[in-house]
Amino acid sequence: MNTTLNQDAAVAQPMVGFTAAQYKSSYKPIWCPGCGDFTVLSSVTKALSIMGVPPKDCAVVSGIGCSSRIPAYTTCYGFHGVHGRSLAAATGLKVARPDLQVLVAGGDGDGYSIGGNHFLHACRRNVDMTYLVMDNHVYGMTKGQPSPTTEPDWDSKLSPGGTGVRVFNPMVVALASGANFVARAFAGDLHGTADIIAQAMKHPGFSFVEILSPCVTFRPEQRDWRKLVHAPEAPVTDDAALAARRLMKDDGLNIGVLYAGDRTPYPAAPRQARCSVADLEAEFEL
Amino acid sequence: MSPSDGDANAPVPATLEAFMVQALQMELDAAQRYNEFADMMEVHNNPEVVEWFRKMAVIEGKHAAHIMAQMGWSTVPALSANAPRLAGFEAVEGAAVDELHYLMQPWHVLQLALAGEERAERFFAQMARETKIETIRMAATTLQQEERDHVELVKAWMQKVPQPDNNWDQDPDPPRYDD
Amino acid sequence: MQAQPALPSSVSIALAGSGGSGVMTAGTLLLAAAAKAGAYGLMVRTSGPQIRGGEAAAMLRLGSHAMSSLDDGFDLLLAIDWQNVNRFADEIVLGARSVLIGDPDEGEPPDVYKAMGARYAPLSLKKMAKEIPGSWVNMIALGLSGALAGLPLQALQDAVRDGWKKPDTLEANLKAVAAGAAAAAQIAVQLAQDGGAMTQLQVSAPIGQRRWMLSGNEATGFGALKAGVRFVAAYPITPATEVLEWLAPRLVKVGGTLLQAEDELASINMIIGASYGGVPALTATAGPGLSLMTEAIGLAVASEVPIVVIDVMRGGPSTGIPAKSEQSDLSFAVSGLHGDAPRLVVAPTSIADCLGATQWAVHLAEALQAPAIVLSDQFMGQSRVITDRPPESGHVAQRLAALANTPDYKRYRNTDSGVSPMAIPGTEGVTYTADGLEHSEAGIPSSQSRDHVMQLDKRQRKLTLHDYGSYWADIEGEADAAVITFGSASGPVREAIERAKARGIVMRLIVLRLLAPARPEHMAAALKGVKRVIVVEQNHGAQLYRYLRAWYDFPAPPASYHRPGPLPLRPAELLTALLQWSDQS
Repeated sequence: MNTTLNQDAAVAQPMVGFTAAQYKSSYKPIWCPGCGDFTVLSSVTKALSIMGVPPKDCAVVSGIGCSSRIPAYTTCYGFHGVHGRSLAAATGLKVARPDLQVLVAGGDGDGYSIGGNHFLHACRRNVDMTYLVMDNHVYGMTKGQPSPTTEPDWDSKLSPGGTGVRVFNPMVVALASGANFVARAFAGDLHGTADIIAQAMKHPGFSFVEILSPCVTFRPEQRDWRKLVHAPEAPVTDDAALAARRLMKDDGLNIGVLYAGDRTPYPAAPRQARCSVADLEAEFEL
Repeated sequence: MSPSDGDANAPVPATLEAFMVQALQMELDAAQRYNEFADMMEVHNNPEVVEWFRKMAVIEGKHAAHIMAQMGWSTVPALSANAPRLAGFEAVEGAAVDELHYLMQPWHVLQLALAGEERAERFFAQMARETKIETIRMAATTLQQEERDHVELVKAWMQKVPQPDNNWDQDPDPPRYDD
Repeated sequence: MQAQPALPSSVSIALAGSGGSGVMTAGTLLLAAAAKAGAYGLMVRTSGPQIRGGEAAAMLRLGSHAMSSLDDGFDLLLAIDWQNVNRFADEIVLGARSVLIGDPDEGEPPDVYKAMGARYAPLSLKKMAKEIPGSWVNMIALGLSGALAGLPLQALQDAVRDGWKKPDTLEANLKAVAAGAAAAAQIAVQLAQDGGAMTQLQVSAPIGQRRWMLSGNEATGFGALKAGVRFVAAYPITPATEVLEWLAPRLVKVGGTLLQAEDELASINMIIGASYGGVPALTATAGPGLSLMTEAIGLAVASEVPIVVIDVMRGGPSTGIPAKSEQSDLSFAVSGLHGDAPRLVVAPTSIADCLGATQWAVHLAEALQAPAIVLSDQFMGQSRVITDRPPESGHVAQRLAALANTPDYKRYRNTDSGVSPMAIPGTEGVTYTADGLEHSEAGIPSSQSRDHVMQLDKRQRKLTLHDYGSYWADIEGEADAAVITFGSASGPVREAIERAKARGIVMRLIVLRLLAPARPEHMAAALKGVKRVIVVEQNHGAQLYRYLRAWYDFPAPPASYHRPGPLPLRPAELLTALLQWSDQS
């Protein structure tokens, strides 16, 4: 009798779909033990399993930073691009290949600082994709600088005494710019986060999930998030104005889907050719 | 490092089969979790702790194999998308990722494992109390006893490993080089 | 047969281990102890990709003379544990006379080190530390390695005292250093009987001037402040972040400001704005950031706004190898702007020269109202050196500012020198609009051929006519064979040339500090009497070689020795290359 069980080997393959484990690659992440991104990876693979998307039909696009290492840790197609431009690359990919499931991932520095401009426009364009930001209120990979979601009085070498600058509010910006699905998750809750990600993928248009993901190395106090996060006071709404009013008073620890709208997604690129290239000569002929 | 606590937030399954599938899932999840922890610690050059996490993964795996043998399953049955949870976020037997520290020592591993086994024991005790079905009550009681055995095993191990000193999490080299 | 002077000796030590072992701290203290003992030294660090807990090594070279290159191999590899330390085998090369020390409780040394043939001396470092409650094992390693290298215990303990932050554990760790030193004595006896003692430092206390210990990134920051930079915009990027982090509090202390930008597009435009306002401004980045900044650097060229951009070069292209050094941004720095866009490119020649070269770059940028790119690199930026106090150059930011109410003021007046007085906002009677659009002398946008040619000539002329003095290159030695190089490559090149000289083969060394604009007359003077030239650099595309061939005439087609990072150039490989080249001529 096999006394050491390897779950992957023993699981009866379902007729349709894939187990979460089949979305995880064999590369071992370099994230610090304790990092919230491990659970996010598990949540993503679980969500993909729920959606039943074959790994070959899913692309994970990222920028630069600790969180942006995630594509290689999945068995999906991955694109590890330059700092802050993952949404632009993902937009190009999805519009050219609307048949693919496109997931975009990165951190708060990558997404809200250098990526801020692209964030605005990705929300406006409302292309069908899911954007996961693993927010730990710090630049981890370059060793501890404040990010746009860092509190104004957080002391660091680059900004001694704190930046003194108000934090960025990605939820409000996403909603105002046109995102069709706005949610917040907490990395400590694997199942809850997987549910939210699956919902985000199912929902048409640009789905934005901000995931509070503690950085145990530079922000060890974030271990307290597990005690502070809470369910939203109100159920999800499709009324943008109502969602906006709630989000302006949001305490940053509301976990759940906060807005799921019916804004028209960006139309998928037409694939049918309506004439041949040769036909175009006609406009030049005299 | 303190584990999460509380009562299970789901009703007892209605059939023995479903109940045992749930129990199997708990063990498989725990084994997977311990293996993932071992991987993380391997990347971070902590071989002693890697060994202990692998040991725990093997124990959970054995327990899972035992359940399968009892039920006469040769392949793992379809598992539900959602394992039972205690109040809080964690699976019953698995530790949270943020309980880890790259400098943790074997004693810490056993502390996490102990908390996991104690939670599992309490969980099965609760199932035994709440179910109206005799076969499930008996199965839950048996499982509770098995978890109790694990608790004693882990406690015995904890006597044998050195206690970490006050400075166990101090690293003379900071992550950003303070030059 | 001429009596050749003996080559100065040095001792090379590598300390390795993984998370919690504290090798970086030990390495820094070892360097500090060497300074106290009157030695010079260089410390280079390497590590795995993990943020914490990764495998790491501190590689030091200590000697009686200033050094800017690691040696070919190491006299000692001391590992606190062996976790993934085998990954450093390419960087830490041992020989038959080398010593390998490891803790037997941590396992055998990896095969790759055993195969190098070094002598193995096991020592239970962790047990020794446990016997002194409150002590760290890296302090045992410090005492052990320092004593084996010939450093006095006093110097080692003084270094620890200086840096120690927790008073209640100080005594225990001073004891640990002493315990390590005592163990060293025993090992030395053993070594003497088995192949010979380890090379030891020969030093005496320094005479006269005090010495400094600093990293290239710190030196860069200080050079900027000395020149008068008072506005810095910052966006973090490996390996330049320390320049900005060093500047952040100190800039404020001297009355300046540092602003953290949202990205490099912002940081470059911010410094242009500040400089337009009259405040000397600077930013620091690496390859990917420099790529983002190019459009705005072109704006600084066209609108004649002085700025300095530090590029701490790393492995390229694209995201490349962020924590390793390479000299592969040269082509990009000298020509990577659209249009005809002349700019200044300055390259520090050593860690210590990061100070002087940056200071000079600020001075030049301000004097010539142009952008200057400073090509530092990861090797210089993140390594630490003990060096003589750098000389005062006196280079400061001194902009030719327009006087109030200058009659018929034209911002871009076509002067002989090419430099036209720049009006600083707040000055009466000389308002103008700076513009990236081509413009007339008055600064009005113009598409006229006359204006375009005039302004192109002006922006080129102001750079080429300037008298850069002798600082444009360091030229050493008389010979009919010359080696041309730049940046961190100059360290191992200089050492290879010294070794060649010991064999009776003489070469001239030309280390370029000013890379752009090109200096044809001055290069011709530097090459007087030279019949053949070889260009040495650390990149795959022979970038300096191609640039020099494009801009300069040579007595004969130059040869090239080039290879990319991540491994640093070594004196031995360069000596082989130079001797081969010498034989062929």
